[in-house]
Amino acid sequence: MTIAPIQCGSALLATHGGSFPIAEAIDAMSWAGWILWLPILSMLLCGICAAVKVRSKAPAAITVGLLGLSFLITCGLYASYETPVTVHLFDWFRIAWADGAESFIAPFSLYVDRLTLLWMLFVTGLGTLIALYASEYMEADLGPGYARFFAGVSVFLFAMSALVMGDNLVMLYLGWEGVGFASYWLIGYYYQRPSAVAAAKKAFIVNRIGDLGLALGLYLIYHVFGTIQYSEIFAQILQGVNADAAAGGWPIKAIPFLLMLGAFGKSAQLPLYVWLPDAMEGPTPVSALIHAATMVTAGVYLLCRMFPLMQLHEYALPTVAWVGGLTALLAATIGMAQYDIKRIMAYSTVSQLGYMFLGVGVLTTYGAGYHVFTHAFFKAVLFLTCGAIMHGFAGQLDLRKISGLRHMRGWRITSYTMLYACLCLIGFPYISSGFYSKDEIMAQAFITAGPGFRALGVIAIVTAMLTAYYTFRVWFRVCAGEPHYEMGEEQHGPGSDHGGGHAGHGSVTGGEGGGGDGGEPHAPREAINFVLLAITVGGIASIFLAGWARTSIADSTAVVTAHWEHHEAFWSEPHKWMPLVASLAGLAGLGIAWWFHLANRKAADSLRSALLVNPLTRWLPTAMENKWYVDEFYHAVVRAPLWIGGHGLYLFDRYIVDLAIVDGVAKLPRALARAFQPLQNGVLQSYAITMAGGVSLVALLILALPQAIEALSRLWATWFGGAG
Amino acid sequence: MMPLLAQAAEFGGLELGHYLMTSAVLFVLGLVGFLTRRNMIVMFLCTELMFQAAAIAMIAFGRFHHDLSGQVFVIFILTVAAAEAALALGLVVLLYRRKETLSAEAWSELREA
Repeated sequence: MTIAPIQCGSALLATHGGSFPIAEAIDAMSWAGWILWLPILSMLLCGICAAVKVRSKAPAAITVGLLGLSFLITCGLYASYETPVTVHLFDWFRIAWADGAESFIAPFSLYVDRLTLLWMLFVTGLGTLIALYASEYMEADLGPGYARFFAGVSVFLFAMSALVMGDNLVMLYLGWEGVGFASYWLIGYYYQRPSAVAAAKKAFIVNRIGDLGLALGLYLIYHVFGTIQYSEIFAQILQGVNADAAAGGWPIKAIPFLLMLGAFGKSAQLPLYVWLPDAMEGPTPVSALIHAATMVTAGVYLLCRMFPLMQLHEYALPTVAWVGGLTALLAATIGMAQYDIKRIMAYSTVSQLGYMFLGVGVLTTYGAGYHVFTHAFFKAVLFLTCGAIMHGFAGQLDLRKISGLRHMRGWRITSYTMLYACLCLIGFPYISSGFYSKDEIMAQAFITAGPGFRALGVIAIVTAMLTAYYTFRVWFRVCAGEPHYEMGEEQHGPGSDHGGGHAGHGSVTGGEGGGGDGGEPHAPREAINFVLLAITVGGIASIFLAGWARTSIADSTAVVTAHWEHHEAFWSEPHKWMPLVASLAGLAGLGIAWWFHLANRKAADSLRSALLVNPLTRWLPTAMENKWYVDEFYHAVVRAPLWIGGHGLYLFDRYIVDLAIVDGVAKLPRALARAFQPLQNGVLQSYAITMAGGVSLVALLILALPQAIEALSRLWATWFGGAG
Repeated sequence: MMPLLAQAAEFGGLELGHYLMTSAVLFVLGLVGFLTRRNMIVMFLCTELMFQAAAIAMIAFGRFHHDLSGQVFVIFILTVAAAEAALALGLVVLLYRRKETLSAEAWSELREA
């Protein structure tokens, strides 16, 4: 526990020891481009299906098939991978300055190293499986809506692949905005429901703040390095070309902070996390794919890919660590007090993303990357089981209204895959993947020296306990105990309009299949059950991929080459005691959840009532159930002033500019004309009087004016002449 | 050049001012008549009065300045007045036929107020 590698910009080279592999350009392997083209093709075909009003599951078949092919190509790419390479597809931007000194080159090329492959394997794999799940889940919307949904999923897969595989920051930005757009598209899928539209807008607008940071960071990288291609940037980093520059100018020091702002937006970290819980308005497969497994890890990917640049300022990575740790804690406390199971999972995602940022911040990019990988599987399962429950119980998501699911016929797979995913989420010892990935991060927080990193480690352990509590609160309430249920508010039967009328959360109508009549729940069928099992198996497999993930990260730009002393003594070596401590914390949370939500369910309500009665503690459950009033705070601090300012400007525009100036100028000639209109009265004599009066006036002026002026000047001289 | 008033002796004690006063009185009579009467023929006669007032002023100035231009103008004024009389009386006849009245107030279609 000695090294303090985050010292300043020039310590960067020491940290890296001057070695991480940089991709070389090769001519071969352009077939890897099909990983991107197949989703585009799928989107076009789904669009055609929507246009010709296909009313079958053809869009799902097309999407699953083409995305599966894309996954197979990714596997092929993995199989043929030897060293990091860039694969050129076509020239995209090539702008040469007039003197030829500097140029801006952004080819449409793929950067293939093991970090790319780590991400692409689970992105395309989970994308395929979740599209398969959605083929059953979305069946109530068969028709143009169905095709629109799968077109959106295809666009998302294209954009995510471009984000992860691009070999330059412009391609990353293309993918970054593309996934944001796909997210907007799919959150707002039930566009007839105002809350879904509001959530889509919120997600898009909050992401814009982060995207601004990413865009500015991109400009500064070009300003400092003169290129936006990864291999050239990293070559300069390794050669230390900019080590001198790092000592001086602010642009290079601002780069890591701008990049992390982008990552905070996309990955839902403080202070920009508020969009993710609302994004649960989208269909559940979207929540699982985009808002749990893949898109929200783009921020972690950005930090891993740009890890060398993140050390250009000594406080950049500690900032990431603290933001991640605090987000993890805050989101977990909110998740503890929610009743909507999908929303609990959303806060859980925010919390786990916080762990990943904590991992990057405390210099275990391996831990962060591995946690991304394991989390993708178990969180996808958690969302998909929530979706299955929603699907079967007509949009019921309140954990107080469903109980004993595992005793009901046909729900066994859902219940037990959910149980295993919950165990993974809390890091249950040995048999769960989360145990390995999360402990790595928490242990490293105690090893790496940095501002308050040990406190962060303690926060992470506390959060692990809270995580166990809220996770098993859901499972014990919904899946265990006496079987009983209330159906949700979604309308049943054919003819019900998706997303219309009722204000329930999901809008899956239960009209298809055997169980949709008269408010009976209907259990998931083959596609959903298969996908749940397949992803669970993937999650189990990810336990054994820790070593693979470690070498993947070590073989990429995210490598941390700092070395730590290893201690033999148990309490001196966090990697040894952390599994014990974290497991105990997790089991404690699990035990509390068992006591309050299975063994003695009334105790939870009476505890809440007791807290609410006492004026000293009343704030605690109130604030937690209201999400610490963060939305209200943002509303007061950001939205309200913006609204007031905007409305003030609107009123200024409406009444000053439009009414007073524009309309006023237009009304002036009219008013003048109206003033003289009475003269045109049609009476001949009045015209004659006017004329005669005018002539008299002119005559009077000619005759009398000179005399009048003379008399006045004489008067002036009489009164003031003496004084002058 | 002699002062204008000094020349008055040549004209039997009548000075330019007398002529101009006559002209002014005639003009004001015409003007008042024009403004107060509604009968178009009377109004037309009043304009003739104002014409003649101008003609008297022209002749008086011409005579007192020893300049024939004033008389030339008067010939023109008479010619125009004659032509105008023919035209205007014709118009009055036409207008009378339309509305069966000679009042100028009957004609106010183009008023704006």
